[in-house]
Amino acid sequence: MMASAKTVLVVDDELPILRFLHTSLSEAGFKVVEATTGRVAVELAATKKPDVILLDLGLPDMDGMEVLKRLRSWTAAPVIVLSARGQDMDKIRGLDAGADDYLTKPFAVEELMARIRVSLRHAERAGKEPEPLYRHGDLRVDLVARRVWVGKKEVRLSPLQYNILALLARHAGRVVSQTQLLKEAWGEEDTGTPESLRILVHQLRHRIERDPVRPRHIKTEPAVGYRLEDPTD
Amino acid sequence: MPKEAKRSPESFLAQAQKEEQRSRGGRLKVFLGAAPGVGKTFSMLEAARLKQRDGLSVLVGVAETHGRLETQALLEGLAVLPRRAVDHRGVKLSEFDLDAALARAPALILIDELAHSNAPGSKHAKRWQDVLELLERGIDVYSTLNVQHLESLNDVVAQITGISVRETVPDSVLERADVELVDLPPEELLERMRAGRVYIPEQAVRAVENFFRLSNLTALRELALRVTAEGVGAVLESYRSQQAPEAIWPTAQRIMVCVGPGPYSANLVRAARRIAGSAKAEWLAVFVQPSGRPLSESARLSAVENLRLAEQLGAETLSLTSRDVVEGILELARQRNVTKLIIGKSDRPRWREVIQGSLVDDLIRKSGDIEVDVLRGGPSQGSLASLLVEPSAPAPGKEYAVAVGAAAIATGICFGLFPILQLTNLVMVYLLGALIVATRGFRGPATLYSLLGVLCFDFFFVPPRFTMSVADTQYIFTFIVMFIASYLISHLTLRQKASMEEARHSELRTATLHALSRQLASTRGVEALLETAVRHLAKVFESEVMILLPGREGGLEVRATSAARSGLDEKERSVAQWVFDLGQPAGLGTQTLPVVDALYVPLVGGEATMGVLRVQPRSREDRLNPEQMLLLESLAHQLALALDVDRLQEDVRKSQLRAETERLRSSLLSSVSHDLRTPLAAIIGSASSLIQTAGNLAEKEASELLVNIRNEAHRLARLVHNLIETTRLESATVALKKEPHSIEEVVGSAIERLEPDLADRKLKTLIPEDLPLVPIDAVLIEQVFVNLIENALRHTPAKSPIELSARTADGSLVVELADRGPGIPPEDLERVFEKFYRTATPAGGAGLGLAICKAVITVHGGRITAENREGGGALFRFTLPLESGS
Repeated sequence: MMASAKTVLVVDDELPILRFLHTSLSEAGFKVVEATTGRVAVELAATKKPDVILLDLGLPDMDGMEVLKRLRSWTAAPVIVLSARGQDMDKIRGLDAGADDYLTKPFAVEELMARIRVSLRHAERAGKEPEPLYRHGDLRVDLVARRVWVGKKEVRLSPLQYNILALLARHAGRVVSQTQLLKEAWGEEDTGTPESLRILVHQLRHRIERDPVRPRHIKTEPAVGYRLEDPTD
Repeated sequence: MPKEAKRSPESFLAQAQKEEQRSRGGRLKVFLGAAPGVGKTFSMLEAARLKQRDGLSVLVGVAETHGRLETQALLEGLAVLPRRAVDHRGVKLSEFDLDAALARAPALILIDELAHSNAPGSKHAKRWQDVLELLERGIDVYSTLNVQHLESLNDVVAQITGISVRETVPDSVLERADVELVDLPPEELLERMRAGRVYIPEQAVRAVENFFRLSNLTALRELALRVTAEGVGAVLESYRSQQAPEAIWPTAQRIMVCVGPGPYSANLVRAARRIAGSAKAEWLAVFVQPSGRPLSESARLSAVENLRLAEQLGAETLSLTSRDVVEGILELARQRNVTKLIIGKSDRPRWREVIQGSLVDDLIRKSGDIEVDVLRGGPSQGSLASLLVEPSAPAPGKEYAVAVGAAAIATGICFGLFPILQLTNLVMVYLLGALIVATRGFRGPATLYSLLGVLCFDFFFVPPRFTMSVADTQYIFTFIVMFIASYLISHLTLRQKASMEEARHSELRTATLHALSRQLASTRGVEALLETAVRHLAKVFESEVMILLPGREGGLEVRATSAARSGLDEKERSVAQWVFDLGQPAGLGTQTLPVVDALYVPLVGGEATMGVLRVQPRSREDRLNPEQMLLLESLAHQLALALDVDRLQEDVRKSQLRAETERLRSSLLSSVSHDLRTPLAAIIGSASSLIQTAGNLAEKEASELLVNIRNEAHRLARLVHNLIETTRLESATVALKKEPHSIEEVVGSAIERLEPDLADRKLKTLIPEDLPLVPIDAVLIEQVFVNLIENALRHTPAKSPIELSARTADGSLVVELADRGPGIPPEDLERVFEKFYRTATPAGGAGLGLAICKAVITVHGGRITAENREGGGALFRFTLPLESGS
């Protein structure tokens, strides 16, 4: 899967976490660079030029959010924030401050790998034309012709419903925050309300999901936003 | 049986208070002299030098050496505090620097001239207040005082010397001091003066010459000796009451002085203080207002001022309204077991007493076994009856014009009626006019009208008409009767009106107090109490009201305000802090810091000062008058008591909570320790066996152990999460983030989280597509679903179906989770939502999940219940209101 070994910068002050991340990431073929403080993290991000950064927000020397801002001022490398359950505000603030995705502790290794994979793929595609077709299970979205199919059947969506789906598809595999959805799906002059967004997603799920209560495509990220599952080929 | 001590509880209390004050505050020593020049400063400095030699840190705050060399020499080697320069209207004054003294915090400070008045703009108006503050802060003070500056002797000294002293020190200050008399025989003092060794300010040379006469000095010396002796007597008694509780004590005397308006009443108060002081009696000062004949505003304020003086001198003060003054006084006196009454003697002319009766005579006649002391009052004063001043506000010119107009109109009407009515009946028209003019409430115009009426009647109607002369002398009698009738009508009407005014006034006051106490009584919680009080006070005093209470870091914080701004600047804050520390009012309209824009009143509760009330009138001119001040103080007291009660209730609640927490903690320990240890044991066991066998284990067995570790860790994570969630919900730090959510979505993410556990379980969901959005905190409600489903999974056999449904009913969303497990024992139905409650089934769980569900649903304004289904199985049902804000 990896052409050349990619570098992952892991920023966390908990040694047991570092140890387990080191083992699993090395095993998966990544080169791992570790930092236990924000200062070292910023330094290493400059010298080692990592391809992905895993950032825990609770650091001993400085606020994780500050580290994120400093990183974002000069690097576009994807940043995945690690946070504990219940700290929803941290996730939202992290995403708003430029993080690409987040993982809630405790997480399984498979989940971590999936997030890294998606982030790397998006980073590689940055600046290039977006993928014209999204496909996951029985769902197909043609982002050029603006058409949607479930299985063999074409589904007709309202423009707003389509905008939301398309936005999620372009970020497939990554979380899209509510703020981002409200800003981008509605267009320039108009913005929606969280309420209308939830209604639209509800409608959307009833169009494209086989069982809307257990969605296969559009997953809810509680208190943060939505995520369209990583495409399958 | 031990011998009962005969000391009264009061004396014990007084003793205890005195001792506490001593241990807390600094000690005051006053060097008392009969007159300037006896060597008080000299003695003070000598005593201070001795203390310094003993190793005490001594600071000279103020020492007036007046250039005398031998006094100056004593200053050598003592630390002297620089004076504070004050520029008052171009005059350079140097004042004692209180703040610098407090900052240096010496053990002993010397402050000369206790009676000195500070320059305008100083923190306190009087130097003795500076001294009190130093004592409060635990600093010992040496000071000097001439006997004529003592408040209660003020008038006596004025009588002796003919010079009235304006700078006085309250007796209470001297009472807490150790008094050392600096005595010099008058002859010697005069000698010293002649030798130019007594400092005399230039502008007062003449006054001083009058003052320094042998007779004056002898009298003053006697006074000084007496004051010191009384002080010694007090010490002796305090000693006796400590040492010999079984000594026989005379039955307590209780003295009551009747106070009215005016400076002579103030003298009466001072005299009462002296009598009470030498008799070691408790004393009270009372101001009785006759209900029928109210006092003028200014007279009442003057009386209140005198009551305040009495309070300062240590009296208990009372103010009451009674229909019959004499009855009122005597009733109160009997009620309070008064043994002696002190009243002022009237100097009114004899004939008025004959007509109106003498209150003094009345009192003496009816007093029974109460002793009555009648002291000399002042001109037209001292008698209670003469205090009754009619409304005295000067009538505006307009009112006189009204009187003239009314006379003109009456005359006009009489012209119309003249042909049909008899002459004497026209008088009635004029009398009617008198009534109308009097209702406007002014004496002058009413009298003017009476006079004009008679003149007009004479001029226009009495023959010969259009002359002032009278043909028939009979009419002279008519005029007199007409004038008297007219005058009496207006007089009575005026009194009636004023009495109504007074009734309204006192009713308003009572109503205000009553309204506040009622409101406070029905209010719970500090914030609500403060809010109520602020609103109430701002309305009553038409001022900006703020309440400050001590904050967590010790400083005062604005906790409630009627103003737009919510903070105070540094200076205002320091005033408030001072008031709080010393428990005395300060600011606008008081003696302390009168230059600031607001009045600060301490909220003194049962035990301690609870906070500070700040009242800022719209402008400095609208400052509170003494009566309003009294009202404010009683309102402040009421608020303080309400806060006290609230705090006590809060304490009770807290200790109940503590007990409850304690109980919960023990059940938590027993329950959680089991649930924490089980997965930990599995994890540690599996991991260590993996390490020990290091690669020797078959692939399948090794992976089994690893799966075991992961699953147990998951279980642990869930338990920890539930524990954290419970704590968070209970600590009331959870702010509900209610937003309209699709319940389907929330159920979806709950199922997503449970996916690994659900595995092959059939969870059927029945959620209609068209359900409205529900206002909920999605994260919390998701937890409810997770906990309910988890609970169902745990307590039902594998593969048995679980059904989740949602619908709307009666403005609520109704959610049901039904299973086909063994159901819940009927006796447990009520208790399953209790914390740490577990049914007898062995399925485990910490007993937290359902408690969390209940807490979350309750804060959402819904209800959660459990029941058993027909055909077996349990059913959990909860409701969520569809309207937010319920």
